[in-house]
Amino acid sequence: MSITIYVPCDSSAISLGADRVAIAIAKEAEKRNITIQLIRNSSRGLFWLEPLVEVATAEGRLAYGPVQVGDVASLFDANFVQGGTHPLLLGLTEELDYLKKQQRLTFARCGITDPVNLDDYIAHEGYRGLSNALKMSQADIVKTVTDSGLRGRGGAAFPTGIKWNTVLGTPSEQKYIICNADEGDSGTFSDRMAMEGDPFVLIEGMTIAGIAVGANQGYIYLRVEYPHAHKALNTAIEKAYQAGYLGDNIQGSGKTFNLEVRLGAGAYICGEETSLMESLEGKRGLVRFKPPLPAISGLFGKPTVVNNVISLASVPIILDKGGDYYRDFGMGRSRGTLPLQLAGNIKHAGLVELAFGMTLRELLYDFGGGTASGRPIKAVQVGGPLGAYLPESQFDTPLDYEAFAANWTVLGHGGVVVFDDTANMAEMARYNMEFCAIESCGKCTPCRIGSTRGYEVLDDIIAGRELSKNVPLLRDLCNTLLNGSLCALGGMTPYPVLSALNNFPEDFGIDEKAGAA
Amino acid sequence: MTESSNMQATVQAITTALKDKPGALLPILHAIQDSIGYVPAESVPAIAKALNLSRAEVHGVISFYHYFRESKPGNHTIYLCRAESCQAMGGKKLEQHIKDSLGIDFHETTADGEFSLEPVYCLGNCACSPAMQIGTEIYGRVSADSFDTTINETKELA
Repeated sequence: MSITIYVPCDSSAISLGADRVAIAIAKEAEKRNITIQLIRNSSRGLFWLEPLVEVATAEGRLAYGPVQVGDVASLFDANFVQGGTHPLLLGLTEELDYLKKQQRLTFARCGITDPVNLDDYIAHEGYRGLSNALKMSQADIVKTVTDSGLRGRGGAAFPTGIKWNTVLGTPSEQKYIICNADEGDSGTFSDRMAMEGDPFVLIEGMTIAGIAVGANQGYIYLRVEYPHAHKALNTAIEKAYQAGYLGDNIQGSGKTFNLEVRLGAGAYICGEETSLMESLEGKRGLVRFKPPLPAISGLFGKPTVVNNVISLASVPIILDKGGDYYRDFGMGRSRGTLPLQLAGNIKHAGLVELAFGMTLRELLYDFGGGTASGRPIKAVQVGGPLGAYLPESQFDTPLDYEAFAANWTVLGHGGVVVFDDTANMAEMARYNMEFCAIESCGKCTPCRIGSTRGYEVLDDIIAGRELSKNVPLLRDLCNTLLNGSLCALGGMTPYPVLSALNNFPEDFGIDEKAGAA
Repeated sequence: MTESSNMQATVQAITTALKDKPGALLPILHAIQDSIGYVPAESVPAIAKALNLSRAEVHGVISFYHYFRESKPGNHTIYLCRAESCQAMGGKKLEQHIKDSLGIDFHETTADGEFSLEPVYCLGNCACSPAMQIGTEIYGRVSADSFDTTINETKELA
C-alpha cells in the first residue's frame, strides 16, 4: 500500500510550524528511502493539536500531534508511516472526541481534502449542488434556499432566501453576487478556514447564487490580512475556469458566471455591506443610507446579493441534500448549523460546527475544556468586537439568534473569545471605544466623535475621577451611539461597553450592580 | 533611469493595465504598493488622471485605508494583532515588549530601517493567540522569547 501523509496548510497550522514540519517529513522520508505521498490538507480545526499530521491506514486516518520538527525523526523511528505507536499518536482522527461530537455540514470537507484539488472536491460530493441547481428553475433554487431556513451567517442573520428573492424579482440587465469575505471580528476565523480549507465550496455556492438570481458576475471582497486564503481562492478559481465550472456555458448549461477576488485594505468598516460596495467601487468605505437596499440598488447601482462566506458556503449542501435536510438541524428560527469558533483564553481553541441550540456552557467546557491559563472564566465575548461580554450567569443561554437577542447579546458570526479572571473589563470597554474611534468611517457624528469621547470618559472612570458624573455620561453617550448611528459599528459598540459596565461594575470602581441597559 | 522616473514608469504601467477594471482604484493602489512598497505621493496625479478622478479623491482613498502607506517602510513590517482574543492571551504585555525591544511605537520604523511596526485588528489566528505577521509569515502563540528568536532569525536571513 502506498504511504499517504497529510500535513495541514491552514495558516494557523503554519503559524505553529506546519510548513517546516512538512519539509522535515519529506526530507526524512527521502533520507530513509521511503516513498511517501505528502498531501497538504487543511485544518480540521483542533488547533491545540496543530500541526496535526495524519497517516492513511486501512482503518482510516491516524492522527499524530502536535508535531514539531524535532519530533519527525522519532516518528519515523516508531514507523508512524505504517501507523506505528508514538507518544504523539492520538488515534483515528474521526474518533477524536472534539470532532466526533460535531455536526459538520458546511465544513464537511475541511481538513480532509486537498483544498485546491478539484478532483478531490468532486470525489467528496463537491459540485453536486450545482449539478442539481442547473436542472432547476431560478424560482425553485431560491425556494430551496428559503425552505432551508438559512440566515446570513455574517451577523445580522437576515434570511438568505428572502434576499435572493428580492434580487431575482428586480429586473436588470446586470446583477452581482458579492461574497463578504471581510471577516474582521476578533475570535472569528471560520471564513478564513473555509476559504483556505475548501475554496471550491464557496465558488460553488456563489455560482449557484448567480444562476438563481440571474447574476453573471461575482466578487469575493477579501480582507488583505488573509494572504493564504487569497492564494487558495485564486488557485481554485483558475481550476474551476479550466474545468468549465466558471465562465461561459457552465457545464454545457448555457449559463454564465464569472468570479474575481478583490482585496480590501485593512478597514474594519468595509465588512459592513454598503461600505464594502463603496470600497469595491474604488471609493472610501463610507456607509450608505438604506434604502435603497443593495438587493435593489447595490454595486454600481445594480441589484446585488451580498452574503457572508459561510452563508454562501452552506448553499451547496442545501442544493445537494434539499432544504428540509438542512432545516432539520437547529432550533426555533435558527436553522441548520453554525460554525462556532473558540478563541482567546481557552484550553481547546478551535472550530466547532454544530446545530443551533447547544448552550454556551457546554461549548466552553465540554469542547473548550475551560481556560488555557487554568484560572476561572470571567467573561466571554460572543459575536466579535461589537458583541456583549457575558458573565457566568448567562452561560446557559442556548446558541440561537433569538435567545441571544433576548439577553441583549449577539451571536453574530459565532466567534467566542474567553477571558480569565485576570481580565479587567473596564480596560476592555475602553479598548472597544478606542477600536470604534480607529475604525469609524466618520459619516455619523455619534460614532466619529462619540467614540473618542467614549474612551476619554473611560480614562476618567478608570482613574477614579468623578464617577458619579462620568458613569451617567458614559451611559448617555452609549445611548446616543446606539440610536444615532447608521450602521452596526457605532450602533453596537455600546453592547460590549455597557455589558462590561453592567456585569462587572467592580472593575469600574462601582460597588453595586447597576440596572440593566 | 533615476529612481523617480523608474517609479513613474511603474505607476504608469500599472494604471494602464488596470484602469479599465470596474472599481479600479483599489486594485491599482494594491499593485503599486506591492511593487514599490508604498504608494508615493508622486503617483497620485497619474492615478487621478487615468481614472478621471480629482487628486483629492485619490488621496482620500489612500488615507482612508489602514493598509496603504505613503512612506517607505522598513525592510520587514511586523503586523501585531491588538484585538480581543490576543489581549485575552497576554497581547498587551507582548505589545509593550515589542515596542521596548525595537524602540519604536506603532506606525514607526527602526532607525536602521530594518523593522516597521503596524497594529492589525485580527489576523484570523485567534485560536493561536497572540498572533503576529512579519512580511507574509504568520506566527501563533507568540511570547516575548519567541518574538526575540524570530527577530534574530529575520535579521540573520537579511
